[in-house]
Amino acid sequence: MTVHRRGLLASGAALGLAPLAASSLARPALAQGAPLKIGMITTLSGAGSYIGADIRDAFQLAMDMEGGKLGGVPVQLMVEDDGLRPGQGKQVAERFMKNERIKLLTGIVFSNVLGAVAPDVLDAGGIYVSPNASPSNLAGKECSKNFWSIAWQNDSLHESAGQLATNLGQKRMFILAPNYQAGRDALTGFKRLYKGTIAGEVYTRLDQTDYAAEMAQIRAAAPDGVYQFHPGGLGIAFLRQYIQAGLMANLPMTLAAPSMDATTLAAVGEAAVGVNLTSHWNSDFPNEPSKRFVAAFQQKFNRLPTFYAQQSFDAALAIGAALKGTGGKVDDTEAFYRAMKPANFESTRGKFSFGPNNHPVQDWWALKVENVAGKPALVTKDRVLTDHGDAYSAQCRF
Amino acid sequence: MTPGVALLLEQLLNGVQLGVTLFLLAAGLTLVFGIMGVINLAHGSLYMVGAYAAAVTATATGSPWLALLAGLAAAAATGMVVEFVVLRRLYARDHLDQVLATFGLILFFNEGTVLVFGRQPLFVNVPEGLRGAVRVLPGVDYPVYRLLIIAVGLLVALGLYLLIQRTRIGMLVRAGATHREMVRALGVDIRLLYTLVFGLGALLAGLAGLMAGPILSVQVGMGEQILILTFVVVVIGGIGSVRGALFGAVLVGVVDTLLRAYVPGLLRQVMAGSEADALGAGLASMGVYLLMALVLLAKPRGLFPAHA
Repeated sequence: MTVHRRGLLASGAALGLAPLAASSLARPALAQGAPLKIGMITTLSGAGSYIGADIRDAFQLAMDMEGGKLGGVPVQLMVEDDGLRPGQGKQVAERFMKNERIKLLTGIVFSNVLGAVAPDVLDAGGIYVSPNASPSNLAGKECSKNFWSIAWQNDSLHESAGQLATNLGQKRMFILAPNYQAGRDALTGFKRLYKGTIAGEVYTRLDQTDYAAEMAQIRAAAPDGVYQFHPGGLGIAFLRQYIQAGLMANLPMTLAAPSMDATTLAAVGEAAVGVNLTSHWNSDFPNEPSKRFVAAFQQKFNRLPTFYAQQSFDAALAIGAALKGTGGKVDDTEAFYRAMKPANFESTRGKFSFGPNNHPVQDWWALKVENVAGKPALVTKDRVLTDHGDAYSAQCRF
Repeated sequence: MTPGVALLLEQLLNGVQLGVTLFLLAAGLTLVFGIMGVINLAHGSLYMVGAYAAAVTATATGSPWLALLAGLAAAAATGMVVEFVVLRRLYARDHLDQVLATFGLILFFNEGTVLVFGRQPLFVNVPEGLRGAVRVLPGVDYPVYRLLIIAVGLLVALGLYLLIQRTRIGMLVRAGATHREMVRALGVDIRLLYTLVFGLGALLAGLAGLMAGPILSVQVGMGEQILILTFVVVVIGGIGSVRGALFGAVLVGVVDTLLRAYVPGLLRQVMAGSEADALGAGLASMGVYLLMALVLLAKPRGLFPAHA
């Protein structure tokens, strides 16, 4: 019933908004030979804007490398900024689905925007392929056949870091995160696979920029290692003060991938040498698809791709494999599900598969910041977790 | 020395260091409010201007001295221009108009900074020679740079004391704070005095900003984060009193730091670990506001009221 009412409202809106209706008539999505439209909602302004730019550029790159096609199907990418505002993301999704008749969406960086957009897309019978954010509810109780996570389930970032700390033989860890949902999730995730004891657990303020008091507590607790999750500028401030306090030299720090991407590393520089982290991918991966991707990305954009770029590139490849299977059709979501599920694409990660809840099952690797040719770089070390899924798939029933 | 005492000493130093940073901001704010009667919400923007000017100069030239000069000059000049262009029109208006106008200035400075420098934070290194830590007492190592901040803050406090108590300008400033109309009647150019006082306040805010730059990240909105604590300091110390600003700032800095460091630990003895940490972090961030409420209950005009 609601679906009917929404349909009526949409046609009413289309009549009312003559210019918009005209533009969507001018480019009918279902006309023979017209490229399939993919809607990308991502963050292109504000503090996280470099992440959105990497996601957009890598997706476009995947299309360009196939001559404007994905899986042999001509596609057209439409990109809109969500400004890191859930409301704005919702509006863009509405416009994509109602005016442009787009059924396949991707691109969102932040979990809070995804939380607002994903239910709208899925309720309207659309398909969402996430290149980054992947909160626990969409992996567990609220999972959907039409929601695909390409990067990781959020918790895996911290679980793998916990495993790495265990592997590195750090018996007593001091762990810190800001006092908000993602911060508490991070420490819970870390403790899930960490086998040692917790020497101290501190929640910082989200508006805090001076961590002198925490540095003193860390030193007094005399742990074997430190794990901290502070997003964006907070993390960089924390890291610099950690170094200034003279802790980096004898107290190794372990991080999750978002705390140390290529862009953060460029900002922190030399000081980050020695930091341990975990990731599902790194730009020095030796497999052929990864080497091709890194070379093409560097040639086109003249910068090293972050793992956000890699996730978006893999998302484009995964969509390509599904489109190949359905002959370019996205209206039959059941057929799309069957074509997408086997993950028949050459992932830049080397191997990749979907778990029962459409979330990745993949290996996690230890990385270390080292000086390579005089510049600090992320260097891949040992495998930390093999075929690691997520803790929520058991709760998922399609 | 036992580790517990060493930790307490280090946390006290941290508190004093936060305190002197707050003092540099609060001194200007309390003078401007006490003497000119203006509530300047944009004081944090001057802190940001000082930090950005110093960061950009340090990156371009590599010289900490040039960065220091640039930061001070930019903040003082910006302050005086703001006084001349905007605040001069607000002295006769009520506080609500002043709050509205200076809040507008915050938006103006923040968006302007985004246009020029973007949203990515800037990073400056601690100057060579000030890196690393030094042993202040057996068992207590403390970063040299933070010690320098404490020293500079205390020197500024001494300098301000001499300026206000021992010089002619200081006499006018004191007179302006208590008997504004009389000063004007005696033929003193009160408008010039106001511009100078505002410039001095801006200079100190810029000094706080440029010294904080290498510790924190230099980013848009950094002034607003610290401005609220600064207002707490001004209210606790007594509006218009530089001495009050100093004692209030060190009190707030030490209380805030010690609560943050010790409340979660104390709570952990009576409840489960992660709950204690989360609750403790919340309680500690309320602490300074409770302190302000208590001070206002006992001394409604602050610890050192200027207009006593």
